[in-house]
Amino acid sequence: MLQALSYDLAHLIGATVLMAGFGLLYQRRLFAVLNTFSFQALALAAAAAWQAHVQHAPHLYFTAGIALVFKAMIVPFALHWLVERLGIHRTVETALSIGWTMIIGVALVALSILLVLPVTAKAAALTRESLALAMSVVLLGMLMMITRRNAVTQVVGFMALENGLILAAVSAKGMPLVVEISVAFSVLVAMTLFGIFFFRIRERFDSLDLNYIETFRGDRQ
Amino acid sequence: MTVPGFDNPLTWILAIPLAAAGLLAVLPNWRVASWVNVAVSLATFAASAVLFHHRPEPTRLLFIDDFNVYLVALTAFIGLSTAVFSAAYIARETEAERLSSMHLRFYHSMYQAFLFTMLLALTANNTGVMWVAVEAATLTTVLMVSLYRSREAIEAAWKYFILCSVGIGLALFGTTLVYLAAQPVMGDGADAMAWTLLVKRAASFQPDLLNLAFVFVLVGYGTKVGLAPLHAWLPDAHAEGPTPISAVLSGLLLNVALYALLRFKMVIAANPDTLAPGPLMIMMGFSSLFVSAFMLYKRGDIKRLFAYSSIEHMGVITFAFGMGGPVANFAGLMHMTMHSLTKSAVFFSVGIVTQNAGTKRINEISGLTETTPVLGWAFVIAVLAIAGLPPMGVFMSEFLVVSSTFARQPLLAVPLIVGLLLAFAALLMRLQGMAFGPPPEHPHPAHGRATGISTVLAYTPMWAHLALVLVAGLYLPPVLNVWFQAVAGMLG
Repeated sequence: MLQALSYDLAHLIGATVLMAGFGLLYQRRLFAVLNTFSFQALALAAAAAWQAHVQHAPHLYFTAGIALVFKAMIVPFALHWLVERLGIHRTVETALSIGWTMIIGVALVALSILLVLPVTAKAAALTRESLALAMSVVLLGMLMMITRRNAVTQVVGFMALENGLILAAVSAKGMPLVVEISVAFSVLVAMTLFGIFFFRIRERFDSLDLNYIETFRGDRQ
Repeated sequence: MTVPGFDNPLTWILAIPLAAAGLLAVLPNWRVASWVNVAVSLATFAASAVLFHHRPEPTRLLFIDDFNVYLVALTAFIGLSTAVFSAAYIARETEAERLSSMHLRFYHSMYQAFLFTMLLALTANNTGVMWVAVEAATLTTVLMVSLYRSREAIEAAWKYFILCSVGIGLALFGTTLVYLAAQPVMGDGADAMAWTLLVKRAASFQPDLLNLAFVFVLVGYGTKVGLAPLHAWLPDAHAEGPTPISAVLSGLLLNVALYALLRFKMVIAANPDTLAPGPLMIMMGFSSLFVSAFMLYKRGDIKRLFAYSSIEHMGVITFAFGMGGPVANFAGLMHMTMHSLTKSAVFFSVGIVTQNAGTKRINEISGLTETTPVLGWAFVIAVLAIAGLPPMGVFMSEFLVVSSTFARQPLLAVPLIVGLLLAFAALLMRLQGMAFGPPPEHPHPAHGRATGISTVLAYTPMWAHLALVLVAGLYLPPVLNVWFQAVAGMLG
């Protein structure tokens, strides 16, 4: 009975992280993207805390704390401030229409389930499905990085990808170093935010403007 | 996980650069800092040499075996010679007022932090610690690539940062999958992430999970190796950062990423039911070789030219390890060493050439053998060496790769030779104009300014590397020979 509850709740939270991953794909305003990301990080914190409880692994509470304080609060606030401060365009600029992005997203989730479930037949059931969810979140994060043009949305895509990785790591029973890994990622993200602010990066660099590319490849006169 | 004590040379190898990174961050005088940088790199190198006499027992955190001991020594050595070159390079950059003392403090601190992360990644006995080290290496190099703060440098750093972050993100997913494969057999905790234990028990892991893990690891760490089509960050990062950083990126970072990949390959190969990792690596090797061979023809920027040449060589090395077997592995290991030494020598000479010429554009650099004969000829020798002309070491190792391929898969040898010849011709074509073309009528004002000690300093590491490559090409010492064979056996 208790086994079934812990199993169901872990999947419910994992699925919430995944739904938030889809939510990120269809937002049209930048601030809505940030709010959705904040929600995803909140769900991740819940997932990590639940795993800490189920696996009797108190160190995972640290991971949950990092997700809660750093990712769900500090990072969205910082990005919010950056968008206002740098005067970044407030609508999401897409390289691929939202409809197509969603269809590809669904295909990616199907792919991860078809890929992960058969190969983890011997692993614990709790790990199996969480892993499929985590891999879907990772792939959706990558999809977001590819199909969105603005530097801020690109960074949010990277952090969503990272949420998937942490979800996988906390679901792997007894995996050491999860806290260290989440700290390492947090440093990486903090550096990115600093970079955006310091160098005032508004756009991602592979611009479609040809003149811009010509001078920037450094290879032509 | 216990921290090793002070009688363990590994403690020193890691503690020296880490402490130096802290010290150099607060040292205000850049001239002193550049010498401290050389001194601590020498101390690290000395500590790494101790490993050959006294090899510590593996712990849960760190370990040394036949494979990584030579990479640790190579990393410490190139770290030292690049520190010497960097001292001269920095002196000349500051004269030209391209760098402020604040930037330099940061630069020296990051240089040692970078060496620390490289050495940690090589000696870690834990897949997770290795991953954290590679991730930290990315961070330190991103900061150094953006040192000049120009628009191009920031673009390069951003691109490097985003692409490699995604790469190592995927590598972490692969690492988690390997842990999941090991966990049912080896139980929870650090045992299931220790290289020394993983390889022994890999035969009873679940093969499907290992297959999936290897794909993620190959794409993840492959991004950092610069394998095509994941190489987009590499030319930009090499071209826009300071030249000593280009030398360590090519000479060290790519090797360490490949080392990570090979460790995972050893685990996969120890399980009889997994897919063979070889064909995947051969495919990536070929795509890197051909993409870079063709790209070499269109380059107008001298540092980009040699960055593409690094992609080419990493392709050849990945191909060799993909072929597997004692001879091909031997060739791959030797090529890894020769490429590191030669490519850093090439970047040392390119660094001085670009400083003299005041430009990185190939068509504005010409007649080097006439204007600055010593530098010009060193440049010619270094480029011929990296192009793979006998009697240098790169020729020997490439010859071994080709001949071992001919012996086993003659059909694969044909495209390999075509790719190598294409790259060879491209480099020779570019070299012709730069070395023997008519000297420029209006030399850059910086030309000929460097004299005395800084010139000697700048030239020494380059000649030292070229001498080593020449010696290795003519006569590989039997000790090294036996050793490469032992490691080649380990790699399977």
